[in-house]
Amino acid sequence: MTETTPSPNTGFTRIRVDAFEDVPEQPGARKPDPILVVESLTRRFGGLMAVDVDHLEFQRGAITGLIGPNGAGKTTLFNLLTGFDKPNTGTWSFNGRPMRGLSAHKVAQAGMVRTFQLTKALSRLTVMDNMKLGATGQTGERFFPSLVRSRWRGQEKAIEERAEALLERFNLHHMRDEFAGALSGGQRKLLEMARALMVEPELVMLDEPMAGVNPALAQTIIGHVRDLAADGLSVVFVEHDMDVVRTVSDWVVVMAEGRVIAEGRHASIVTNPEVIDAYLGRHHGTPLDPAEQERQLAEAQAEIEAELEAEERAREQEGA
Amino acid sequence: MDWESIFSNTLESAIGRDAMVFALAAIGLNLHFGYTGLLNFGQAGFMAVGAYGVGITVVEFDAPLWVGVIVGIVGAVGLALLLGLPTLRLRADYLAITTIAAGEILRFIFRAAEFRDFTGGSNGINGFARDFTNANPFNGDFELWLISFSATQMWYLTVGWALVLLSVLLIWLLTRSPWGRVLKAIREDEDAVRALGKNVYAYKMQSLIVGGVIGSLAGMMLAISARSVQPDNYGTPTTFFAYACLILGGAATIWGPVVGSMIFWSIMAFTENLLRQLVENDHIPDSIMSGVQVGQVRFMLMGLGLALLMIFRPQGVFGDRREIALTTR
Ligand SMILES: Nc1ncnc2c1ncn2[C@@H]1O[C@H](COP(=O)(O)OP(=O)(O)OP(=O)(O)O)[C@@H](O)[C@H]1O
Ligand SMILES: [Mg+2]
Repeated sequence: MTETTPSPNTGFTRIRVDAFEDVPEQPGARKPDPILVVESLTRRFGGLMAVDVDHLEFQRGAITGLIGPNGAGKTTLFNLLTGFDKPNTGTWSFNGRPMRGLSAHKVAQAGMVRTFQLTKALSRLTVMDNMKLGATGQTGERFFPSLVRSRWRGQEKAIEERAEALLERFNLHHMRDEFAGALSGGQRKLLEMARALMVEPELVMLDEPMAGVNPALAQTIIGHVRDLAADGLSVVFVEHDMDVVRTVSDWVVVMAEGRVIAEGRHASIVTNPEVIDAYLGRHHGTPLDPAEQERQLAEAQAEIEAELEAEERAREQEGA
Repeated sequence: MDWESIFSNTLESAIGRDAMVFALAAIGLNLHFGYTGLLNFGQAGFMAVGAYGVGITVVEFDAPLWVGVIVGIVGAVGLALLLGLPTLRLRADYLAITTIAAGEILRFIFRAAEFRDFTGGSNGINGFARDFTNANPFNGDFELWLISFSATQMWYLTVGWALVLLSVLLIWLLTRSPWGRVLKAIREDEDAVRALGKNVYAYKMQSLIVGGVIGSLAGMMLAISARSVQPDNYGTPTTFFAYACLILGGAATIWGPVVGSMIFWSIMAFTENLLRQLVENDHIPDSIMSGVQVGQVRFMLMGLGLALLMIFRPQGVFGDRREIALTTR
């Protein structure tokens, strides 16, 4: 089967073979060419099993959406895979190379770069310096060579050119000499993504790249994510908005309470009773159609808001 | 009122021994705190290691002064490794706790009676500066306008300020480079730097070592200029004076620690001389303040001044207000 997707940024139509054609839509499904393979990975916080993944593969060159309710363990999984946290048990390999025990910077050097749910702009560095920092193998970043400018000037220039191009692409070029701390929330998300690309990764892991940005910018970011895959990168991204997940991901992995409970194309995921259970709780009766789902969510939201207001009022009265 | 002596003492302090020593100590701290975000509260410990490295090597082992200097520097590198290895992987506050404790532990060891044969206990060490004094090319007093220094003073001030300039040059070269960029990024958010493939631990260690070695030079210059090592010169207040100098001048700026130290010590001299004369000439009655309280009151004024500085110019003399504004966001 072939699939044609209009790429919003380039206007070209991308034609590619569907790598997931023969992949069964079930947790732990084998992929034809996995870039990242996870094996019996667990992470426990006290009595809480935050991550408990038996087997999980991420397909090379694909955009994989990782979804799941709050507290499902998505960020913890990212932390484990990128060396920011240590698992209790388990192994994983990237490009066939075992990664367990590697420190975070080694993981990044290996070509697996992540962004953070809470954006980490380096505030008192300029946007340009943020970008240049991302380049690896810099002579000028070693202590003694750093003292002699002629040793690193040429490389710095090349890095700067690459950064300029990326800033242009991410529409941040006009901010290049501003402090990153002066950027808006959305611009910081863009910067973090662009900066990650300076590392020249093979796999980018984006933790909620569109959280808290306005819908227009979210569309832009979606375009960027697509472009990454078009450039041959593999992408894993965490996202709560199902519309976004539907439009961007080739494959969706669903986590709940630390486990992978479902895998598949978006269409099969949204009708999967396990997934609906995970999002709406166990005891809701029959599977819901999207409209009903929406209505129930709105109801729940209204309830929560009413509760919050009541609390607020109570607090005000206490204060008075 | 003898205004001329007030001003001449103030000017001499601006370029005098304390200004020079604390400029060096603050330059080291600037690399730690200003550029890397490392809270080193044990700079006095690095200074002590430099001072005792020279003192013990020269007096107890009869080695020439330059060997003592090398021992002091190697000692500072060792102290940085000792403090950094266990703590630099942890959150920033652990380094702060460890360094403040280590500084005090060192001071107590150096002044302990048990080690008197090596360290001179609470009396310290004397008689190690002969090589330095013998090399003095100056003779006769030096006079310029209101300032006058003896030949001995001229010699250690020349050497000391030359070290200050060399250290400034080193920091300038380092911080304008990609290496310095990594340090500043670590100060902002070390996890982000890790995620970009940098060995944050190694950079923090390098920063701790370089700043600590500059701190040890400060200790050596203090010892050599006083021709004596006194353990109580290397207590925690010394570290905090260096911090005051740094913040006064502006952290994460090239000249901030140097100018900060010059301002700090000239304010100290000015307030002391002014208060003393005011008391002596009965402009301040004894019921408010007596001559012996001048020392304490000038610290109060200094504290007040620093508090005002933090309110009206939190970035220090050289700092960039925009940067400070960003940290509160
Ligand atoms: N350092 C920690 N110490 C203790 N518990 C933790 C820690 N980090 C995460 N947890 C717990 O582990 C579980 C998974 O958290 P995680 O942040 O991975 O969820 P998530 O899927 O990313 O959620 P969200 O969608 O809200 O970002 C949560 O119950 C959380 O409270
Ligand atoms: Mg999360």
